[in-house]
Amino acid sequence: MSNPLLDYPERHYGMDHDRYNWSMLQDREPIFWPENKPLALWININLQHFPLSGEKPQAAPPGALTMPYPDLRHYTLRDYGNRVGIYRLLREIERAKATVSFAISGALTEHRPTLIEHLKSLPFEWLGHSWNMLCMQAGAVEPNRELRWITQTKAALEQAGDRRIAGWFSPGRLQTKQTPELLAQAGFKYHCDWVNDELPYKFNTDSGSLICLPSSLELDDVFVLSQNLHSEDSLEEQIKDAADALISEAQATSSGRLLCLNFHPWMMGQPHRIGTFRRILRYLLTNKGDLVWNASPSMIIEASGVHP
Amino acid sequence: MKTELDLYDYWAYRDRPKIEWPNGAKLAFWVAPNIEFYELNPPENPFRKPWPHPYPAVPGYSIRDYGNRVGHQRQMALLDKYGIRGSISLSAALCDHHPEIIDLCLERDWEFFSHGIYNTRYSYGLTEAEEREMIEDAMATIEKATGKRPAGYLAPALSHSDHTVDLFAEAGGIYTCDLFHDDQPTPVKTRSSKRFVSIPYSLELNDTIAFVVQKMEPRRYAQTIMRAFDELLAEGEQSGTVMCIPTHNYQVSCPHRIRAFEEALEYITGHSDVWVTTGREIAEYYLEHYYDTAQSTIEEARR
Repeated sequence: MSNPLLDYPERHYGMDHDRYNWSMLQDREPIFWPENKPLALWININLQHFPLSGEKPQAAPPGALTMPYPDLRHYTLRDYGNRVGIYRLLREIERAKATVSFAISGALTEHRPTLIEHLKSLPFEWLGHSWNMLCMQAGAVEPNRELRWITQTKAALEQAGDRRIAGWFSPGRLQTKQTPELLAQAGFKYHCDWVNDELPYKFNTDSGSLICLPSSLELDDVFVLSQNLHSEDSLEEQIKDAADALISEAQATSSGRLLCLNFHPWMMGQPHRIGTFRRILRYLLTNKGDLVWNASPSMIIEASGVHP
Repeated sequence: MKTELDLYDYWAYRDRPKIEWPNGAKLAFWVAPNIEFYELNPPENPFRKPWPHPYPAVPGYSIRDYGNRVGHQRQMALLDKYGIRGSISLSAALCDHHPEIIDLCLERDWEFFSHGIYNTRYSYGLTEAEEREMIEDAMATIEKATGKRPAGYLAPALSHSDHTVDLFAEAGGIYTCDLFHDDQPTPVKTRSSKRFVSIPYSLELNDTIAFVVQKMEPRRYAQTIMRAFDELLAEGEQSGTVMCIPTHNYQVSCPHRIRAFEEALEYITGHSDVWVTTGREIAEYYLEHYYDTAQSTIEEARR
């Protein structure tokens, strides 16, 4: 019998799976954003609930509790984001007249209703972010259980926010093998978990197709600051560099580009980091304001002309 | 298992016969973009796990796919701008999956060297005959897609056996990128006694090592590259040196890193005494002009 390590069942043209078609960004039809601005900007804020105890998932999300029970240091530091950090971020968002979106743990509707009530008063899109940060869509999660996390989150956010929820952002950007099907079945229009592109694209499932609006892992505040251990100044520089590079590429190729940013109130809402957040917003929305179209994820998908 | 590697003899980095690169250049500079295909669902290898996450490993897979979908053309445009032809470390299966990328690189007369079939398939767990089959499959696939048999090898995901270098030399290769023992080309001993060399690649300047293992900030990476360049250029006055920047289209092509990388390339290509070339050209030039002298000097030193 031949060695299975030398057997290549998916070695053929295109991808080695059927989730989406192979295509290079630079070979696609040009995209034109509103007012013909070269760069679209999506800023997402992740609002997360980390329970003090519960069944450990197969993969831990960034920021997970790590200490023996009761892990007060991590529980309270994450909760800090929902009591203090978010209000600092919102102050700067308002000052900069920025448009953001919120990816929200469904459980915050029960545990932090005052916060949810305040978010409801703001003109920003909401995305499902699973029920809480232990409900990780990773590995062998029983499909009915995962579907419950998805539908419960959607229902809770729709009821508390009095709005429809179209987008899903999995904690840790992880998915099980059935996540896309379950999202389609639950009525979602798009997810943000595959970081394989810089523009929205069509994503196939056995239950109808979705859009993937790829978020940026590499510029995520937690990834840069707590995994790479880069300085706040470097995060700011990297985001400015990224915006400049994408703007030049958009101008050189006459096709719009997209910059996605992702911030966590428990990380970026710290007093020693909020100035960095302020300077990032100022650079993107004031210094480069003429070149940047700052919009909600659903507006960006619509303007991209990509359909499920 | 051997306790010492026997692929080369010890040869001190002093008083070596002088190497001079074409047109009197002191430094041979090459950029090696790794263009890889990682499988979403590779077979389990008993010696190494391809992904840290359970199936489907969306984070790892999707950023590597980003490299081919978005990063490749971005890096190619940058190398075009500075007149650099890439020497591609190629997962041979990419010829099947993404022939468009092969065509773009062929148009630019880039070099293709072998990096195995997939970067999720290792040299581990194969018999010698099976590893020979894998190496030959990669050679034949790349030759068919590009019209040229690869001259160099970087074993897939840097996975090796005791036979890897021997097998590659027997398959017709002339250089390996798997040895990190020197800043100049050196003869490599293989069981077939073919004329075969090591060409300095670099782990220290490899963008994945820099960004993922060392967790470098983008401008520190650029600074690291420029410092290495200044030193190797100065030393090249005595005897020509080699500097390689191994890249990945999912690392250096990210928009938050490409500006800093460009600053380094602009700096390097702004010098006149640098031979901007490819891995194959360095290997061929060395084999033709310096291999024999090196062999005899090493033998003399051993006596």
